[in-house]
Amino acid sequence: MQTILRLFLVKNAGDLARLGVILALAGLILFGALRYDNFLSPYNILSFLRYNSMFALIALGMAFVIITGGIDLSVGGTAAMASVVAALLSPYHWAAGLIGGMAAGFAVGGLNGFIITKMRIQPFIATLATMLAAYGTGLLLADNQSVSVSYDTGFTVIGQDDFLGFPIPAWIALGAYILGWLVLEKLPIGRHILAIGDGEATAGLMGLKVERALAGVYLASGTLAGLAGVILASQFGAGQPTEGVGWELFAIASVVVGGTLLSGGSGSVGATLAGALLLAMVFNILNFENGLGWISLSAYWQSVIRGAFLLVVVVLQAKLMARHRST
Amino acid sequence: MTTIETPAPQPSGALSSSSRLLTLASRYGTFVAFLALILFNVVVTPNFLSLQTLNVNLTQVATIVIVATGMTLVIATGGIDLSVGSLMAIAGALAPMIFMGQFWQVDSMGIAVALAFLLPVVVAGLFGLFNGFLVTRFSIQPIIATLVLFIAGRGIAQVMTNGNLQVFKNEGFQFIALGRIAGIPAQVVLMIAVAAAAWAMIRYTVIGRQIIAVGGNEKAARLAGVPVKRVKLFVYMVSGALAGIAGLIVVARNSASDANLVGLGMELDAIAAVAVGGTLLTGGRANIVGTVLGALVIQLVRYTLLANGVPDAAALIVKAGLIVTAVFIQQRAGRH
Repeated sequence: MQTILRLFLVKNAGDLARLGVILALAGLILFGALRYDNFLSPYNILSFLRYNSMFALIALGMAFVIITGGIDLSVGGTAAMASVVAALLSPYHWAAGLIGGMAAGFAVGGLNGFIITKMRIQPFIATLATMLAAYGTGLLLADNQSVSVSYDTGFTVIGQDDFLGFPIPAWIALGAYILGWLVLEKLPIGRHILAIGDGEATAGLMGLKVERALAGVYLASGTLAGLAGVILASQFGAGQPTEGVGWELFAIASVVVGGTLLSGGSGSVGATLAGALLLAMVFNILNFENGLGWISLSAYWQSVIRGAFLLVVVVLQAKLMARHRST
Repeated sequence: MTTIETPAPQPSGALSSSSRLLTLASRYGTFVAFLALILFNVVVTPNFLSLQTLNVNLTQVATIVIVATGMTLVIATGGIDLSVGSLMAIAGALAPMIFMGQFWQVDSMGIAVALAFLLPVVVAGLFGLFNGFLVTRFSIQPIIATLVLFIAGRGIAQVMTNGNLQVFKNEGFQFIALGRIAGIPAQVVLMIAVAAAAWAMIRYTVIGRQIIAVGGNEKAARLAGVPVKRVKLFVYMVSGALAGIAGLIVVARNSASDANLVGLGMELDAIAAVAVGGTLLTGGRANIVGTVLGALVIQLVRYTLLANGVPDAAALIVKAGLIVTAVFIQQRAGRH
């Protein structure tokens, strides 16, 4: 067993969990491909990617935050607010919508960073408060309604069109993940972030700029949530001030399923993507099952299954960690 | 004129006066804010001093206080319970199904109503126990352990009702929300009873002191012979059961149960009440009176804004500012 694991470069419990998620994802894809006729059809793959890119973006930001040992509950509210800002700015230029939405996310991220590093309030409470504030701001800006997007500036292209045969949101997500991977694995700041998650005090004593790195991850998370909001507005043709409820939990679940430890100090960008895809894949397969007529699960089963999935993963993670600690 | 310089003894430098101010603010800030809000409303808001206003505010705050009481106990052990809103939805979905005879034929309405009070609360308590089980057996962080039911719980309620609105009219059952005991709304009486019981438990019972000990220093508590796991199981179970009661009140008040909406966002309101009320979110303290005051302050702020024509969305922003300010003051004061 040990040697087999070493073959896969498994060094610790975190690695094992990450290996698990990739194997599970491969297994699900194989299962779907064998069972359903149109599972690997371009239409299914492309709409799967188009719709789930927003969640993948948010999960990426959340992964960075969780690696530092924090949490960002504000991402759903931020995305909702950013979608409103983008929709309001879309009549001027498609770029105004894009930049405005991202700037809105950047602002919430900056506020999070300030409250967490300067006021020294736990990330949980800080981002809980900014979530409320972001929803409030979005609703105020939108006057409690959805804000329709201007079509003649080409803003809807961002969410709805393809580039080189792939949905533009998927390209955006891919770019963000490559950038995220570079930052975490190749740049010094990545090692600083990991070190902070391992022990903030120690990292500070080592002379790492803890506050700046922490502010950085919340800024990144906010900006990515803003980008997700832009895609949301563009895809649905409207800014949606009440959307995004529960997105933070979906993102946390993706990160956890991706084997990133919630205690911080360890985590992987690639496995986060695999985690987000795995969760999304479960629902894609459920849709196919419903389509086959063998079962008829209402949409309400989705959250039950999502919760059960999260349960299995966290229990497995906990058991792995326990065994890792005892050996 | 001659002035005699008398160097006053300054033990800890000029900081002491500002830190004393922070300590004062943290100890009495919520209460002062509460009084200030009442004063402000008396002057500004028309018809504030009426029985109607009192009733509206107290019935609005009753469910939050009941849930926040359980949350205070969980937070006192250093945990958190995100599942309370979902457990409210489950209890709220179960109750009407019981007395409307969707599980079994109802022969005696009296028994059916009694079961509609009892069973949902027991079920919610068992779900709470499940949360505690995840936290104690697998050492999963509370925020993640309760995230499972936060996600799945509402889904369970929706699957049970197929997402449909259940409308009902049942005087016996709805007494919990619409009835009055000695002229006071039944839910307000229930709220006071719950908060008083929790306060007395923290103050006078062994388990109360054990809860504080676990939150203060878990390792020390364990070494001192405190049954840490049992204490944690207990607080999560209580939190779940209280969420169940709150769920019953909400559906009884509305004469309808909507699994999509019952308890939505309640975990945030409850945590905010606890934080504003002065219970440290790191555990080791349980200020039930503070939690009640915190819930009242949040409710009053919202009422003040709405009664004076400020949109609900702006009230969200104010609530956010309130939470951050309260926690900031407490942490600063706690450090000295």
